Amino acid sequence: MSDAEQGDRRNFSEDYLAERAKFIRLETLRLTRIAGAGHYSSTFSAAELFAALYYGHLRLDPANPKWENRDRFVLSKGHAAIGLYPVLADLGFYPPSKLDDFTRLGSAFGDHPDMKKIPGIDFSSGSLGHGLSVALGMAIAGRMKNHTYRTYCMLGDGELNEGQIWEAAMAAGHFQLQGLVGIVDRNQLSIDGPTEKVMSVEPLVDRFTSFGWDVQRIDGHNLSAIMATLAALKPAGTGRPQMIIADTVKGRGVKYMELSLDWHVGNLVGDDYDDAWAEIEAGLQPFEKEDA
Amino acid sequence: MSAAGQDQSTLFRGDEGELRLKNAKSVRGTPAKAMPAFILGEELADLADNDPRIVVATADLANSSRARDFANRHPDRFIDFGIAERNMITAAAGMASCGLVPYVATFASFAGILAAEAIKTDCAYPRMPVRVLAHHSGISMGFYGTSHHATEDLGMMRPIADLTVVCAADANQLRAILRASVDHPGAMYIRLGRGRDAEVYGEVPADFALGKATTLRDGTDLTIIATGSQVHASLMAAQKLGETGMSVRVIDMHTIKPLDGDAVRAAARETKAILTVEEHNVIGGLGSAVAEVLVDEDRIPFRRHGIHDEFSLIGPPAALYAHYRLDADGITAVAKEFLQIN
Repeated sequence: MSDAEQGDRRNFSEDYLAERAKFIRLETLRLTRIAGAGHYSSTFSAAELFAALYYGHLRLDPANPKWENRDRFVLSKGHAAIGLYPVLADLGFYPPSKLDDFTRLGSAFGDHPDMKKIPGIDFSSGSLGHGLSVALGMAIAGRMKNHTYRTYCMLGDGELNEGQIWEAAMAAGHFQLQGLVGIVDRNQLSIDGPTEKVMSVEPLVDRFTSFGWDVQRIDGHNLSAIMATLAALKPAGTGRPQMIIADTVKGRGVKYMELSLDWHVGNLVGDDYDDAWAEIEAGLQPFEKEDA
Repeated sequence: MSAAGQDQSTLFRGDEGELRLKNAKSVRGTPAKAMPAFILGEELADLADNDPRIVVATADLANSSRARDFANRHPDRFIDFGIAERNMITAAAGMASCGLVPYVATFASFAGILAAEAIKTDCAYPRMPVRVLAHHSGISMGFYGTSHHATEDLGMMRPIADLTVVCAADANQLRAILRASVDHPGAMYIRLGRGRDAEVYGEVPADFALGKATTLRDGTDLTIIATGSQVHASLMAAQKLGETGMSVRVIDMHTIKPLDGDAVRAAARETKAILTVEEHNVIGGLGSAVAEVLVDEDRIPFRRHGIHDEFSLIGPPAALYAHYRLDADGITAVAKEFLQIN
């Protein structure tokens, strides 16, 4: 496939992508209720990023999930897979009904994704700190095999505490893997508290820049900003790997979950479920941080 | 196009140095051709001549494993990841997911212990065809000390589902293992010595099969089941015991997982006692694996020989092997004590 074709991504409207982000949040509610517990807030922070990547950007073929020159996507923060499964079903990788027994005994779909069981999952994840190394290897393979695909890796901000991330970041800069694209879902919280209190990860732009990356920082809930940034990515080739720091809000879309430490894992029942559903359906409201 | 000013064909290499021979000089008593690790790069380069999927990576140890020999012949398929073993093994899994067959070489203490979770999570669980070449295993690093010894790695690898675990006894067997590995399904942990093992196999064993133990010597009084570096020493011990009138079977249990249970059960039926010998803690390695088979069988006298749950002393390897009775004389003595022979 030529570079010109590579630039020929699906071109959906922002309104459509916003609808798909809403769909991701609603499906996360539905599937969590089946499981009895789930990662709402880590998925909500990534909803616009998932929507933009999968409906507007990645070069994929759901009818041929193993297509050799497809773009790769590694969900290093594997606990947000609950937001990715409905997208893959929606795109046609498998029937949506496959999710109806989400996490139940024998289901292919667990809290963390399994590439051997789920079409469209390019690599299994769950153990934090591994994904960027996996993506690094995919990008190296792409270069060795003269493919033009890009490899995308979505990282959590808390997982940047893991040392292996920086081993991979160092290698990507050293090998000049321009086709490697990192996306940090900078949702500000890890489990025990704000990242900057638990184990600070900033200054992220300076850190990745010093490891040899091109780094951009954007609003990770602003679909036009996300789409413009993705559209401007350089093709696979020799040059600095590309990092997008997406500033997001953990729990975005359900007011009381936003930047709350109580909802990393949870289960909504009764009226709470219905209220959250209605709030998500109403669409994103301006984010206001409550005074501490 | 090349921002780094490098030719892409050599972009993944470390330094451009040619093969250095300084490590090959002070070899005690064994001919150069009998150095398993030293044929590693050459054999993989031969295999890669006909198979574009094969790539080799190391973590700043291209000379220790002679992966450099591969790099010199296939520079575009060699990657030096620097001193970052976990990143190397996980990245190899990513490469494998794109159709490559990566062979990654580093010291066993860093491959099988430091990077154990990468082997489990990224190689074995998704059944990626990554071949981890864990060289300088056991106590073969001698006076470099406990940080560089690996007497726990088999114990860490064995419980990992869908992982094949193999130990090479010498250079020719290593060639057979590498040839058998190319199309073997799933991930492999291949345990090597320091490249100075004495010759067990005069030529590349034609009948080698993963998971199928090799009986090197038949006998009825005792079976010694050995693996890796201890196969040669056990054969020599069997010869010494033979000179005293004992009939000793020697089994090379090169594949630790899946273990050849039939060979163990046959030994239990056909010989009077079983002794396992390994350059590894007796907890978790070959002895444990054999015990797990024997526990379901009728009682038979059984002993494990190896490192008995301690961090090894430091010292020159030959001195350590003598101290821990992991040489011919030592194994002979252990066998006599076990069978209560004077």
